[in-house]
Amino acid sequence: MTDWWVRWTGTRARRARAHGGVLTRLDWVLLVAAVVLSVLGALLVWSATRRSSGDLFLTKHLVNLVIGLVLGAAVSLVDYRGLRAYVPVLYVVSIAGLVAVLTPLGSTINGSHSWIVLPAGFSVQPSEFAKVALVVALALILSEKRDVEDRPRHVDVLLALVVAAVPLGLVMLQPDLGSALVLIALLLGVVTVSGAPARWLVGLLLIGAVGVGVAATTDLLDTYQKDRLTAFADPHADPRGIGYQTRQVRIAIGSGGVEGEGLFHGSQTQGGFVPYQQTDFVFSVAGEELGFVGSSLLLVLQAVVLWRGLVVAHRAEELFGRLVAVGVVCWFTFQVFENIGMNLGIMPVTGLPLPFVSYGGSSMFASWLAIGLLQNVHLGMSARTR
Amino acid sequence: MSDERAARRLGASGWRLLVVAVFVVSLMATLLGRLYTVQVVGAEGYEAAAATNRVREIVTPAVRGLVLDDQGRPLISNRSALVVSVSRTQLIDSPDDGKELIHRLADLLGQPFDQVWGRTQLCGTVGAPKAPACFNGAPYQPVPVAEDVAPRVALQIMERQEDFPGVTAELQAVRAIPRPLGVNAAHLLGYLGPVTEDELKASSQAARDGRTELQRTDLVGRAGLEAQYDTALRGTPGITRVGVDIRGRVTDELSSTPPVPGNYLVTNIDAKVQRAAEKALSDAIHSARKRIDRGTGRPLKADSGAAVVLDVRTGGVVAMASYPTYDPRIWLGGITTKQLASLTDESAGTPLVPRATQGQFPPASTFKVISLPAAVQSGYDLHGTYQCGSSYQVGSRAFHNYESEAYGRIDLHRAIVVSCDTIFYKFAYETWLRLGGLAAKSDAKDPFVHMAQAFGLGRKTGIDLPDDGSGRIPDRAWKKAYWQQTKDYYCAKAKTGFPEVADSDPSRARYLTQLSKENCTTGYQFRAGDEANFSIGQGDVSVTPLQLALVYAAIANGGTLWTPHVGKAVMSPSGQLVSTVKPVKAGTVPVHKDVLRFLQKALRGVVTSGTGAGAFAGFPVPVSGKTGTGEVYGKQATSWFASYAPSDKPQYAVVVVVSQGGTGASTSAPAVRKIYDTLFGVKGGAVVPKAAAQPGAHPPAALPVVRPDGRLQTPEGPVAANEGLPDARRSTVPRQAS
Repeated sequence: MTDWWVRWTGTRARRARAHGGVLTRLDWVLLVAAVVLSVLGALLVWSATRRSSGDLFLTKHLVNLVIGLVLGAAVSLVDYRGLRAYVPVLYVVSIAGLVAVLTPLGSTINGSHSWIVLPAGFSVQPSEFAKVALVVALALILSEKRDVEDRPRHVDVLLALVVAAVPLGLVMLQPDLGSALVLIALLLGVVTVSGAPARWLVGLLLIGAVGVGVAATTDLLDTYQKDRLTAFADPHADPRGIGYQTRQVRIAIGSGGVEGEGLFHGSQTQGGFVPYQQTDFVFSVAGEELGFVGSSLLLVLQAVVLWRGLVVAHRAEELFGRLVAVGVVCWFTFQVFENIGMNLGIMPVTGLPLPFVSYGGSSMFASWLAIGLLQNVHLGMSARTR
Repeated sequence: MSDERAARRLGASGWRLLVVAVFVVSLMATLLGRLYTVQVVGAEGYEAAAATNRVREIVTPAVRGLVLDDQGRPLISNRSALVVSVSRTQLIDSPDDGKELIHRLADLLGQPFDQVWGRTQLCGTVGAPKAPACFNGAPYQPVPVAEDVAPRVALQIMERQEDFPGVTAELQAVRAIPRPLGVNAAHLLGYLGPVTEDELKASSQAARDGRTELQRTDLVGRAGLEAQYDTALRGTPGITRVGVDIRGRVTDELSSTPPVPGNYLVTNIDAKVQRAAEKALSDAIHSARKRIDRGTGRPLKADSGAAVVLDVRTGGVVAMASYPTYDPRIWLGGITTKQLASLTDESAGTPLVPRATQGQFPPASTFKVISLPAAVQSGYDLHGTYQCGSSYQVGSRAFHNYESEAYGRIDLHRAIVVSCDTIFYKFAYETWLRLGGLAAKSDAKDPFVHMAQAFGLGRKTGIDLPDDGSGRIPDRAWKKAYWQQTKDYYCAKAKTGFPEVADSDPSRARYLTQLSKENCTTGYQFRAGDEANFSIGQGDVSVTPLQLALVYAAIANGGTLWTPHVGKAVMSPSGQLVSTVKPVKAGTVPVHKDVLRFLQKALRGVVTSGTGAGAFAGFPVPVSGKTGTGEVYGKQATSWFASYAPSDKPQYAVVVVVSQGGTGASTSAPAVRKIYDTLFGVKGGAVVPKAAAQPGAHPPAALPVVRPDGRLQTPEGPVAANEGLPDARRSTVPRQAS
């Protein structure tokens, strides 16, 4: 037992001696922004659920946050060897999770077959962890196996695509269009920054365009997914179904105005007019109750996380670290844009949580694991050159 | 791997990182821009949308106003009833949609489950029964499932709230018909019915002009005074604006306006006179049925009738009775199909038809008060004498006096008193010839037609009731229009004859065939006989009892033809005058004062020494009037008595008619006398002023008095306005705490 503890503390001590204390060298702006987002999320989740469930969701959200912080702290302090060693394990476990979802172990919640329900009221959404796993897996593949060239070899890129294709396919089988798009976004980002030959990028973009075209015209997508896309195009098409949701969400956000109606005083929110408000549509609580002032602050905080991520990527001492950071940034960027975008009616509804803010353990843990990865890169923990 | 190489590699990926950064920045900027557009620029539209989303209006119905008689007796009032309602929210929240709860409730109410369940379902939703068995109200309003339940049942519901969550038993106002002194007045009062979809649409249009909007659950007047004065009686419902959540649960109360109770309608009807008129009419009809008709030799059928009492000084309707009638309470709480069928059953005399305003009867000799001034107008000397033979030759046909009586050469006064027809035949025939006989195309110069129209006949009276008959003045234009409609039938019959009649009565069949031939070829002609019949109110002439009462009122009051009105004033529940129903003149009859005075004397003569003398022997109040015995082809005679009194200072006009009731003198005149008994307080051959139905024997000038306790002052003592309900005058109604 003491063995890993010695290694942990030993590492910490070494790095502290070389560059000063870990605590002082942490990216505090990033940490504080993520914590504020999580706490703000707790309030919004509470507001959306207190009428029906009291403090239950608030408590669970805060517990999730604490677990997330612990996970993040652990990841940020894992050293180079450890992190790289864990990548295959992490990848295989997450793939196993995604496969398990498709077996009778999986459960359907809100039209999406994405959950594994555990005893004692817990449930896990493996696609969230697949994002983390894919980030590190791609970063490893595209930064390691090189000799003299500046660019990843074709075989590396091909391997990266195969590694991404497996979770992507499994997620599409659930089907979870939102998570699949996140995986594609981070794949594109990581491959771009890795320095892979430009023709790969062009090829990927072409495949993506063809994929969207095929999805829209064939039966590849489930009806409910198409419904969501049509509702996005015409919110009045189905006033009691998906269109109803998006319309209620937009009424809530719109009626918030500049200053909002005050926390716990939004009538759309307190009246329960917005479905899934503590998860996918948590942004509408901020919109209605905190107004433009509060919701733009929330948006800015998300932007701060992304900005710090980009800074971490820029300052990374090594390509691996940079690719990890870029992967996280692309993942968050897409997820924030998709989630807030669907709240604001400029993106179709695909059921993605807003990082740190939406209620949900898996999302919270994955987000904090990602923060841990950024801190790890920032601290130079995983760099071979010290 | 050296530091140098690693750094180089990083440098190569640097610009690609910049591309990613640009993507990130542009996406975030897009979100911020969109957020600004939605929340700051377009906020107002969404705020309005949010308001309609979550604000609901709960309507508290206003207590409908009372209908009072001239002395404050409620003719229509309200009483309290226990109404059991179910909260739809409660049903929705139950795992079984509340089926078990409704089962329990239906058992307690003693109603079938399906019926109670159906009433909780919104009309137009899947599985809901058809209106009116479904709930027509708003989804968030409690659904009334049973009205007028026993207090025992209500108590059980309130005491066992754990068994009946969301079920309430509350006192609500329902319409009541107290029938003071036993009055019926079914045709006057009318009834209420559920609002229709068209009315809702029209009313929401009206609401934009600032008028009261109808609610889905409202009842509106469907007939009689309830319909005519619907807006005055209805009041304004209270509106409570509440915030609701997605399932319609009330979250908070935003504003509340209490209901404003409806105003009271004070009528000219006097319950005592109304009761007397109803009883006199009914008695006259029942006694007539025991007499033998001299014409047919069979008992009189006396199938229907009417009695009208007017205030000759204002045209106010003091009483108006129709026979046959029905219990006005039949409408309360919803009429059954069977009951409705009985009201329109012809074999029962279609009790629904108000004979007083819509019954059409030949006026017969009562019409002579119009023919006489018409004759004078066309040049006959008012003070001349004329031959009253037993018959008068009109062209090729002899027209007879009633029972072919002859009176020799008499003046016009006597012609009225003894009701001589032949003098009027002469006037009519000579006038007809002077106008050009068959060649006369226009009615313009016909004095009889003109005078009848000047007295308001042949058109609606304009009474403040939905049922207003116009009667018929069969002039030349009417004959032509009628011929156009019927000639096909008569022309066909003229060819085929009447084989079905010929077997039993060949001479009658020949007569009918001949008549059909005439009607077919020359039916449009206004013949001499038509003019003759017209002059004595026969042939195709018909009037409503109300019209004839207005004619006699005009003669009594010196020539003013009134637009009759039942309503007198609208007052608030606390007794303040809101508006007066002002008497409206429909015109002044074009009869010279001397002629009117002559007529008045003649009508007095009818009662002292003429056809009405028998019925009014020993009556202490001077009455003027005219009998009428109208002949209807194939039926027994129509009995009339049209009158006014006191003769020297006229106050009331009273008309009674009984269809197939025999002579006017034998059936209607005694009924009129009984009504005057009540009007003037005649007891044992003498006037007892205190016994007069209306104090001083004239309609009260003042409005009924509302006592400080809210009760109404009536001659029989104070009467509660609304039995068992909170005082309607209070502007605020106690509300349940939410």
